[in-house]
Amino acid sequence: MLSFGPDGWGMQLLQGTWLTIRLALATLPFGLALGLAMALAKRSPNRWIRAFGNAYTTVFRGLPELLTIFIVYFGGQIALQKFVSLFSDAPVEVNGFVAGMVALGVVFSAYASEVFLGAFNNIGRGQYEAAYALGLRPSATLRLVIVPQLVRLALPGLANLWLILLKDTSLVSVIALEDLLRKTSIAVRVTKEPFLFFGVACLIYLALSMISSIGIVAIERWANRGLRRA
Amino acid sequence: MNWDALATYGPRMLQGLVVTLQLVAISITLGALLAWPVALARMSRSRLLRGVAFGYMYFFRGTPLLAQTFLVYYGAGQFRVQLEAVGLWWLFRDAFFCCVLTFTLNTAAYQAEILRGAIKAVPIGQREAAMSLGLKPRQIFRKIIMPQALLIALRPLGNEVILMIKGSSVAAIVTVFDLMGVTRLAYSRTFDFQVYLWAAVLYLIVVESIRRIWDKIEHYLTRHLRTA
Repeated sequence: MLSFGPDGWGMQLLQGTWLTIRLALATLPFGLALGLAMALAKRSPNRWIRAFGNAYTTVFRGLPELLTIFIVYFGGQIALQKFVSLFSDAPVEVNGFVAGMVALGVVFSAYASEVFLGAFNNIGRGQYEAAYALGLRPSATLRLVIVPQLVRLALPGLANLWLILLKDTSLVSVIALEDLLRKTSIAVRVTKEPFLFFGVACLIYLALSMISSIGIVAIERWANRGLRRA
Repeated sequence: MNWDALATYGPRMLQGLVVTLQLVAISITLGALLAWPVALARMSRSRLLRGVAFGYMYFFRGTPLLAQTFLVYYGAGQFRVQLEAVGLWWLFRDAFFCCVLTFTLNTAAYQAEILRGAIKAVPIGQREAAMSLGLKPRQIFRKIIMPQALLIALRPLGNEVILMIKGSSVAAIVTVFDLMGVTRLAYSRTFDFQVYLWAAVLYLIVVESIRRIWDKIEHYLTRHLRTA
């Protein structure tokens, strides 16, 4: 039943897994960029920008991920429809993949901004002063001095968020996206073997996080290469 | 504002909120009871116990809550004959019970990890001092280690409560009418997007209140650690 042949579900599950991986990988850069932007907003000297950053974090860390997905999916549809109807009568359909990516990315960024903020606070003032004393311009300071340290400090937190993201992708199965869990549900409906198939799906998720952990260890070793510990 | 929809579905959404809170309260409490033995097994000297606890925690922390809920709720159907034989089928037929069971097992794994970290964070000198006072191992654990570990665990446990409130929304997908479930129903009847925003406001109110109450509790319980 799990075989890859014409009456096996192996191929279907594999396709679902592939979509899950693609969705998580597509969300990551989007969520990281937005998270960094929000962290910078929360450090902004302008108090309105700061308030916006804080409100954003509070809202998207407080809402259930499932609700955020629904709001982005249905809300995005309505907003786009209104926007398009200004020009034409064509009906609009929001792409499930993009909606899932935006929703998961927004949640990811809310948590990531806190991780970045913590990392920023852990970089001492002396680093900026030393870079200034060396005559580095602000942009060069950020690129050569701050970011390499930021990556190292933020990595454990971000790795955690990646593992959470990987699990949260399962929630997009409710907005008609053919991810691993959705494919599994289809297989269950046909084969009437729920325990077997959902069990296998769980094991695939476990395998994904195990593989991620191996990757994370490698990246951490790379990020810590310049660090000497007693 | 869509007042008609609010009049019809507002009260039902509040009822849904009560279901959500019940679901979370029961699961968190049962999970807390289960977390202690799991955490102790995880740190046990027996290799077998350690392995079992590790496997349990790894599974429940490494897989999505939604997949776990499906596994229990739909998976139970496959064992209907066996469950009927032991007279438990009526329980597993109920979506609310299945959610409580899944959420309890899930949160117990997370809470056990929190407890384990907290117990390990208590300085070894505390144990040594207790031993030199002649306390028995059981007393050392109950009167010295446990109270200090619980204080350390307080903040992450508060986060776990909030995560559980948010996570409990997946119950809606297996037909439980919690806040999320009622909201989905209201949307499918009215096609008014507002209902999702009302639900968002309700969730935010609950999460923010719990966060504030938890801060107060922590402030009160750690008053002896602050210098005047």
